[in-house]
Amino acid sequence: MTTFNPDEATARGIASPRPAGGSGTLGDGSLVEDPAARPPMVLRNRSISEITEIVCGYAEKPPGFWWIGLFLMASSLMGLLGLFIGYFLITGVGTWGLNNQVNWAWDITNFVFWIGIGHAGTLISAILCLLKQKWRTAVNRSAEAMTIFAVMCAGIFPAIHVGRIWFIWMVFPIPNYNWIWPNFQSPLLWDVFAVSTYATVSVLFWFMGLIPDFATMRDRAQGRMLTSKANGRRIRIPDFLRSYIFGLLALGWRNSSRHWHRYELAYLLLAGLSTPLVLSVHSIVSFDFATSVLPGWHTTIFPPYFVAGAVFGGFAMVLLLLVPLRELLPNMKDLLTLRHLENMAKILLLTGMMVGFAYAMEFFIAWYGANEFEFYAFAYNRVLPTWISDNGAPYWWAYWAMISCNVISPQIFWFKKLRQNPLAIWIVALFVTIGMWFERFVIIVTSLHRAFLPGEWHMFFPTWVDIGIFVGSIGMFMTLFLLFVRFMPIFPIAELKAVIPQADPHGHDDHGDANDDKDKSGEGH
Amino acid sequence: MSDAPAEVGKALESGREPNRVKRLISSYAPFIQSPPPRFRTESGAAVHGMMAEYATVPEIYHAAEKIRDAGYRDWDVFASFPIHGIDEAMGVKRTILPLIVAGGGFTGAILGYLMQWFISGYDYPLMKQGKPYAAWEPFLPVTFEMGVLFAAFSALIGMLALNGLPRWNHPLLATKSFLKVSDDKLVICIESVDPQFHPERTRDLLRDTGATKLELIEEDG
Repeated sequence: MTTFNPDEATARGIASPRPAGGSGTLGDGSLVEDPAARPPMVLRNRSISEITEIVCGYAEKPPGFWWIGLFLMASSLMGLLGLFIGYFLITGVGTWGLNNQVNWAWDITNFVFWIGIGHAGTLISAILCLLKQKWRTAVNRSAEAMTIFAVMCAGIFPAIHVGRIWFIWMVFPIPNYNWIWPNFQSPLLWDVFAVSTYATVSVLFWFMGLIPDFATMRDRAQGRMLTSKANGRRIRIPDFLRSYIFGLLALGWRNSSRHWHRYELAYLLLAGLSTPLVLSVHSIVSFDFATSVLPGWHTTIFPPYFVAGAVFGGFAMVLLLLVPLRELLPNMKDLLTLRHLENMAKILLLTGMMVGFAYAMEFFIAWYGANEFEFYAFAYNRVLPTWISDNGAPYWWAYWAMISCNVISPQIFWFKKLRQNPLAIWIVALFVTIGMWFERFVIIVTSLHRAFLPGEWHMFFPTWVDIGIFVGSIGMFMTLFLLFVRFMPIFPIAELKAVIPQADPHGHDDHGDANDDKDKSGEGH
Repeated sequence: MSDAPAEVGKALESGREPNRVKRLISSYAPFIQSPPPRFRTESGAAVHGMMAEYATVPEIYHAAEKIRDAGYRDWDVFASFPIHGIDEAMGVKRTILPLIVAGGGFTGAILGYLMQWFISGYDYPLMKQGKPYAAWEPFLPVTFEMGVLFAAFSALIGMLALNGLPRWNHPLLATKSFLKVSDDKLVICIESVDPQFHPERTRDLLRDTGATKLELIEEDG
């Protein structure tokens, strides 16, 4: 916080405000070219109070029609999810398109897809926090929320894919009358612990970030109640509920600086803990495959490859949600600037190429390793289309959908115009999300559908129950996210305030160090 | 450019040095009687402390340095965001939280390892591909996860416990003018339990530091 003064950039932002209603590809002040001037985190020189007003306003004012429409759609899909799961549980695993050969298909594809999406939140919160990337304040709250909802969606699939869900408790080491215990030498059990730890720590991290913002919401509701009382009006029920519920959740937070001191350290420690955790979770998910002897799964590159893919897919989902939200919510463009979108586009480009490198390396090792089964699994089960080779892959389109969505589509971000264009970013994010689903489908189904003996070869085709549960899980995700947007602070209010120039304790033109001030303080100035 | 600070209600000296531990316990356990307050207002209400408002972050930062140098102990700066470097300006000591988190993490890891050793190595050994029952290598992932889980809980619960939270009642939370602190108000409050606290001297000090408004906070609203 010492060498830099963001005022100049802010001033430029005010001098050339974004044209009203335009998508604002240029000149909103956030796209400063000069590497020495840090772009403003919050545009239009918003004051501390305005930030409170904008962010709390989203959760306090009645929603627009778009929200009601989307919510009705999403919650209907979520209801369908319940029906499909009910039908599935009553009738059995036979309602899925599984067969003797392909005994994992959309269930585990969806699980890995959702758990991968659930990685961006903690990545943004934890790794970017440790790297002191302050722009994360614009997205970390919603990304963390998205993480939790995605992990909830992910949790559905392993739970129901066991078929007899009433035995799911046996994955936990619970003492029981049969005197049997789970097998701790199995990666599937590691997965249970990794995912449940990840879900718990993500919720803790999210909740901890929310405590000060809950306190803000509580105090605002209380203030409105007191005003109503003073003016002899009736207290509005939403205000009462907010002051009660947020008051309970804020745990009596009173913004004390002695508390902030420990809070910031605890937050940093949680970030430090979450960073290896987030890397471990998808590594362990990849062990589910990598420790087997199946060609196509049995590769040592899986852990880093899965983690890069998770970050890639997670960032795509963050962009997929936030780019439209940025258009729909008033003033959100001041808090989530084009610079933030551009940064995330750059991360998409980087992780997309990491994923592309992993695809290439996987294929290279399949050839270089001189294991004919491994090579066959890649060349003939995945890559070669049926119209080129007679033995070609019936799922070639899935492989090439994955390559074009994940490796080729982010390459447009080499062009500055495109990575600063929200619409282009959104389209690429959509492609990446689709591509990442196909990646898991390719890994799981194409590896399974042709085993060592051609007599065992089977194709997998999804049934309407497969499709219904997947679409329903998207509905559940959207429902939870829309509820979050409607009722919770979707930006970390306290963190946003801390990065604007007004929060600088050394004033706007004082470039002194905090330590200098400490030394001088004895003289009294 | 600060306005002249308003007069604060006159606080009268009444008691002796307060028993801090007993006070803290009584705030959680109402059946334990709180020690009598040192100061009461003219209306007889116990005084919690004196609250001063500041206009800008640099002002409150420098005010904090002055109050620290005046030797106060029971006082605090309130702002809706962590002010960078305010802990140094206030002279806040380093917290022991990292030790708590490390303790929690190692406890979790040890318990996690012992659980796996007991289950897979001792109580219910299963033959898997001829591998040793109690090999340590396959126990590492769950050991790590349990360590992180316990450490994360220690971080949150330890932070709250050191902060004396959750505590849903507090004289400041019952003060109407304090509500705006979670918006953009910047406030310093010196508590009456501080041995240095004196109605006039503290008021003068706060005035000298550039407070725009002073207010006496009563216990229990």
